[in-house]
Amino acid sequence: MLLVIEQLLNGLQLGITLFLMSAGLTLVFGIMQIINLAHGSFYMIGAYVGATVAARSGSFLLAVVAGVAAAAVVGAVVEVLVLRHLYKRQHLDQVLATFGLIMFFNELIRVIWGRQPLFMSIPAGLSKSIQIMPGLPYPTYRLAVIGIGLLVAVFLWLMFAKTRIGMQIRAGSSNREMVGALGVNINLLYTLVFGLGALLAGLAGVMAGPILAVEAGMGESILILTFVVIVIGGIGSIRGAVVGALLVGMVDTLGRAFLPAILRTMLSAATADSAAASLSSMAIYILMAAILVWKPRGLFPAHG
Amino acid sequence: MMTRRQLILCCGALILLLLPPAAHLAGSPYVISLASRIVIYALAAASLDLLLGYGAMISLGHAAFVGIGAYTVGILHFHAAAAEPLVTWPFLFAGSTSGLVVLPLAALMAALAALIIGALSLRTTGLHFIMITLAFAQMLYYFFISLEKYGGDDGLSLAARSSLPGLSLGNGSQFYYLCLAALVLFLFFSQKLVNSRFGLVVRGAGNNDRRIKGLGIHSYWYKLVTFVIAGSSAGLAGALLANQTEFVSPGLMHWTLSGELMVMVLLGGLGSLFGPVLGAAVFLLLEETLAMYTEHWMVYMGPFLVITVIFAKRGLFGFLVGEKERND
Amino acid sequence: MKKLVIGLCALGLMLPTLSVAADPVKIGMITTLSTKAGYLGEEIRDGFQLAIDQEGGKLGGAAVELLVEDDGAKPEKGKQIAERFAQKDGVKIMTGIVFSNVAMAVVPKIIKEDVLYLSANAGPSDLAGAGCDPNYFSVAYQNDNLDEVVGQYVTEAGHKNVYLLAPNYPAGKDHLAGFKRYYKGALAGEVYTKLDQADYAAEIATIRDAKPDAVFFFLPGGMGINFIKQYAQAGLKETIPLYGPAFSFDERLLAAVGDAALGVKNGSQWTHDLDYPANKEFVAAFKKAYNRTPTLYASQGYDTARLISSALKATGGKSDLAALRPALKKAEFASVRGNFAFGNNQHPIQDIYIREVVKTETGFTNKTVKKVFAKHVDAYAKECKMQ
Repeated sequence: MLLVIEQLLNGLQLGITLFLMSAGLTLVFGIMQIINLAHGSFYMIGAYVGATVAARSGSFLLAVVAGVAAAAVVGAVVEVLVLRHLYKRQHLDQVLATFGLIMFFNELIRVIWGRQPLFMSIPAGLSKSIQIMPGLPYPTYRLAVIGIGLLVAVFLWLMFAKTRIGMQIRAGSSNREMVGALGVNINLLYTLVFGLGALLAGLAGVMAGPILAVEAGMGESILILTFVVIVIGGIGSIRGAVVGALLVGMVDTLGRAFLPAILRTMLSAATADSAAASLSSMAIYILMAAILVWKPRGLFPAHG
Repeated sequence: MMTRRQLILCCGALILLLLPPAAHLAGSPYVISLASRIVIYALAAASLDLLLGYGAMISLGHAAFVGIGAYTVGILHFHAAAAEPLVTWPFLFAGSTSGLVVLPLAALMAALAALIIGALSLRTTGLHFIMITLAFAQMLYYFFISLEKYGGDDGLSLAARSSLPGLSLGNGSQFYYLCLAALVLFLFFSQKLVNSRFGLVVRGAGNNDRRIKGLGIHSYWYKLVTFVIAGSSAGLAGALLANQTEFVSPGLMHWTLSGELMVMVLLGGLGSLFGPVLGAAVFLLLEETLAMYTEHWMVYMGPFLVITVIFAKRGLFGFLVGEKERND
Repeated sequence: MKKLVIGLCALGLMLPTLSVAADPVKIGMITTLSTKAGYLGEEIRDGFQLAIDQEGGKLGGAAVELLVEDDGAKPEKGKQIAERFAQKDGVKIMTGIVFSNVAMAVVPKIIKEDVLYLSANAGPSDLAGAGCDPNYFSVAYQNDNLDEVVGQYVTEAGHKNVYLLAPNYPAGKDHLAGFKRYYKGALAGEVYTKLDQADYAAEIATIRDAKPDAVFFFLPGGMGINFIKQYAQAGLKETIPLYGPAFSFDERLLAAVGDAALGVKNGSQWTHDLDYPANKEFVAAFKKAYNRTPTLYASQGYDTARLISSALKATGGKSDLAALRPALKKAEFASVRGNFAFGNNQHPIQDIYIREVVKTETGFTNKTVKKVFAKHVDAYAKECKMQ
């Protein structure tokens, strides 16, 4: 039973990381109708800059600030230099251009930081485990990640629902020309939104730094998962991103955790092990295909 | 008087036809195998163009069909060599190394996969379609990685290329002409197809699906047939690729290969069928030459792609033939 | 001015004759420089280049030209490069492939076409057993040698209930099979994870629940970094000891893992502290040239170059295969690993060690703990029909 609770927590934590990534991506897509494959690159930049600053300064907080800022700045620059020219183009052009950006950023990272992965340590106060229940220790850092993710979700909801800028963004997504005519600088607004999306990806990257290998190309593995999340949730919907991220996090984690044991009750041990491994690798893609066949626009379609 | 487009196509055809003898004269037979690769990728990219450029079906999982075609050849060869029949019931089939068997079967298997994947995916549109095709490709990728019998991630080596009566595919030039013939046939039929009534419907659905549906036409079936044709052609390309490298691996189904195919289509020119051929050539040659000058060739390749998208809106082929001749 | 023109003309006339006279031996290195695993190829290349530089651009007295190309860890690309090396550049000696899947795509074909291949890393079982070939030498190891040694050590250490973990692909199963060949106790569990998996929280929770004596894992590259870090963060490192082959513990990975790997024991055929003169010289020269501690991959690249050097010296610079093969097979060079000879399948017969991750003032590295196998022969040698 304790194991089940622990695995649920693990699923929750993976889901939260995925949410941070997907929130930015779904925001950008929902508002600007633009596909950005290079979203994973911002995640990677956040992690690299964060790891470097942490190593130089020894301060995790500084690392988070630097990583997040770097990702946001690079995001804003990318928007101005590249994506701005592609808003009126078809998705295909956006896919190609951002595919080119992935190549560029991955290689640039290797040129700057070299080929080996970087190290990033856990902040001193969060390196231990807490007993959340008798017999169930859980890494403090992972709990902190869960907490920050929840905070970001609340912040995003408040920003969209309650603030003036959130209103402008929502208005801009439904009628760009109209909002422009009302005197809102729509170009600036888009740059800001794109920067915000990159910032969230950067945050996910810095926070993943102490748990994962900081290496060139780390963005792609999470990028694909992120796309799965927003497609399941319904593109452009923050609520969808929350649900999609938790669903993917849970299915992936619980599949890996319990499929081998379940299959072993039915099959021979060796067959069960390899069947479980294959199935759990494919699980989230099966989930996504099933949901899309059932609801072709995702669980919470954002527009009409 | 030839139009600029015809002139360019004639030049291209001439270069492709005369390449092997020219390479032999120049004493660099290696060029032929590189050219075979280009022609095979051109076939795969052109088949993707049917989806992207005409039906506006943005598939990010086209590599799956290349992989299925390649694995069909790999698995049939494997069983023929291992003397262990592939199927014992309801009839005995021991596997085969005959091109007359494996090549059509590869196209057929890919068509079958395209039928299933297409039937499910075409229920969605836009970004959802991009992602669901990607999901199916990823599923197949992980499936073949864990397929221990056929080498999993290590892949499967072919002992030799497939055999065809009257041809020796081990010979670089003959193999090249086979690939070229496949490409030319595909381009010929696709050209006919997109200009037929069928093609009109598909293109119409690509432009404005609602209007086509308003005319009382079930565009779904038209799109599905196009998807299957494109998938089976990609399967054929995969089968040729397996023969070219004499090796198959799940890497062929990785999403980055789907991305690269897409790059070839866009680089050459979307919706032009001949454009992707040019795109494949430019992409592979660029990769090959840049890699010789610098290990960090992707630092240059990336921005090159971005700039191409932003400035050469209709791809290199569109740039070459001039402004007004696209898609007509 | 006139003199200069005459001088240039004379030089122009001499150049062709010069190049004929030198006619360097071409060595084609197909290796992985891009992708996440790019540093592995860099290590092999740098080690190899060091040996050439030490002889002033020569190996065994013969001028050599090293051609390096990146295969991007893709079998198809490796194959294409091999083809170009062979057909366009006329390369007769190749080396450098990092991954077994690339090796399986490239090697069986080129050794049939009279190219010598000397592996500086990948050692797939097919090429050690029935697929062995006079034109193929593995200078590094047979893939599961480093797992076998851990299996033996874990048994000697008295662990009776071990949990196994590897990615779900054939190499993962091969490595676990290598461990099980020498491990005598029971298995607490055997789990195969997704290739390129980043988060191991689910597996780690399952391990905690299974309460094994020890954990053996094979997770190369970034997967290993992720697992070791998360394993330590879950607080399991102190209670359930971790073991693995050297692939997750080379010096460049350790720098990215940090304290989490401290004290973990792993199996390897080489460590920088092995007490042989050739090794001391290599480690010092490598540090001087590249300003970092060499990894086992660099040592393998270096040994490969030194082996070629010894063979070229024996043949007097002749690089035809018939002369080179017997000279290579003798392996008359001072390996940085000390004992080194080729078995009937032309794979190394060598000592294999258990080492431990330690921290020094220059960073994290390994320390040799124990020689577990002396003159170890791989398990596939008997399936090879060569003598």
